[in-house]
Amino acid sequence: MYEGAIQDLIDELGRLPGIGPKSAQRIAFHILSADPADVTRLAQALQRVKEQVRFCSVCFNVAEQEQCRICRDPRRTDEIICVVEEPKDVIAIERTGEFRGRYHVLGGAINPLEGIGPDNLRIRELMERLQAGTVKELILATDPNTEGEATATYLALMVKPMGLTVTRLASGLPVGGDLEYADEITLGRAFEGRRAV
Amino acid sequence: MPAFRNRLYRDDAVVLRNQKLGEADRIVTLLTRRHGRVRAVARGVRRTSSKFGARLEPFGHVDLQLVEGRSLHSISQAESIRLYGGRITGHYGRYTAASAIAETAERLTPIEHEPAQTLFQLTLGALRALAAGEHTPGLILDAYLLRAMGSAGWAPALTECAVCGEPGRYGAFSVPAGGCVCPHCRPAGSARPSPASLELMIALTNGDWKAADASETSTRREVSGLVAAHLQWHLERELRSLPLVDRAMEQA
Repeated sequence: MYEGAIQDLIDELGRLPGIGPKSAQRIAFHILSADPADVTRLAQALQRVKEQVRFCSVCFNVAEQEQCRICRDPRRTDEIICVVEEPKDVIAIERTGEFRGRYHVLGGAINPLEGIGPDNLRIRELMERLQAGTVKELILATDPNTEGEATATYLALMVKPMGLTVTRLASGLPVGGDLEYADEITLGRAFEGRRAV
Repeated sequence: MPAFRNRLYRDDAVVLRNQKLGEADRIVTLLTRRHGRVRAVARGVRRTSSKFGARLEPFGHVDLQLVEGRSLHSISQAESIRLYGGRITGHYGRYTAASAIAETAERLTPIEHEPAQTLFQLTLGALRALAAGEHTPGLILDAYLLRAMGSAGWAPALTECAVCGEPGRYGAFSVPAGGCVCPHCRPAGSARPSPASLELMIALTNGDWKAADASETSTRREVSGLVAAHLQWHLERELRSLPLVDRAMEQA
């Protein structure tokens, strides 16, 4: 046990996800020996992120203004909405450069084991956006795991009566892998989504 | 040979739940055939290049090689026996029922590594039935809950009085007393379910699916309420997933 400020810093760092007591101690001593200007920048960055960052009022992505950069961009089409679980999924899709529509961030996936049901996600807000009538296609880009698939199933069921085109991101074999290591679900999906060459 | 070499063991298991751990790992809660409930780390499972792929997703039946650890075990190899996840998540009612089944199995095995073979068989059977869509998810869930409570020693008394043990069919049902109660033993505040509801509970306990499938929606609703109340009374806490079970999308 250290005393005073250094122990407080270790305790606070140790509360961060994925940071154990040893890592917290290592980071704390790194900060202690770092240049004061670097530490000030870090402290200011931490403060700014809490003061300035909020959720976009339209898509619930992280934003520094009322609306995020993507919702403000007039060059993007309003006819397609891509539904994702978390803001970091928006960044992953944006990196592909393939999608020019808008997003909707649910804030998680339906997970009854954690007590998260449809009412705990931003599904009601999505329905309100769809009812405006401009959207022609809804892309369900929730994670390809059990919770993400179930959330996509639920959304597809809810949106069906609206007569929109509802699509799900393709899943299948990862590039660079061996077929023999693929599990049945992944291989089954790859067969379902096979294409002519 | 090193004195503290970690022991390797092999078992088949049902995957109950996953929790994220660190950058790309997961803690997987398993109900194994011979070692009871086991929590094990699956390293790198969240990477798209992971050798585990979808094998460690909830509701799958898998053959595993595990390494004993001090608190958490770790999964070194996984081979699928039957992965029910795909067929379950494609139907929202099945998914919510399967989640309640997984949570119940976890709660009924409070001590890790204590074999629970009956519960393992029941859980596997229930997930298999859900994936096959043989019956409505709500009926499969209630049948599972009744039988799982039976394996834990909390089966509700349905064909005798829960207090005095006198055989017979009684119209009053008391959760604190442990099931149906005769007119002499009936505590104040006992419920009076319809005779059809008690018949449905007996059918679900005995696996009489012909009778269960023919039951009315209102009867099923009453039974699910009684079963949930009975289970949560004995567990002494609520199940998070039970209120989220979607019985409106009940069609198999």
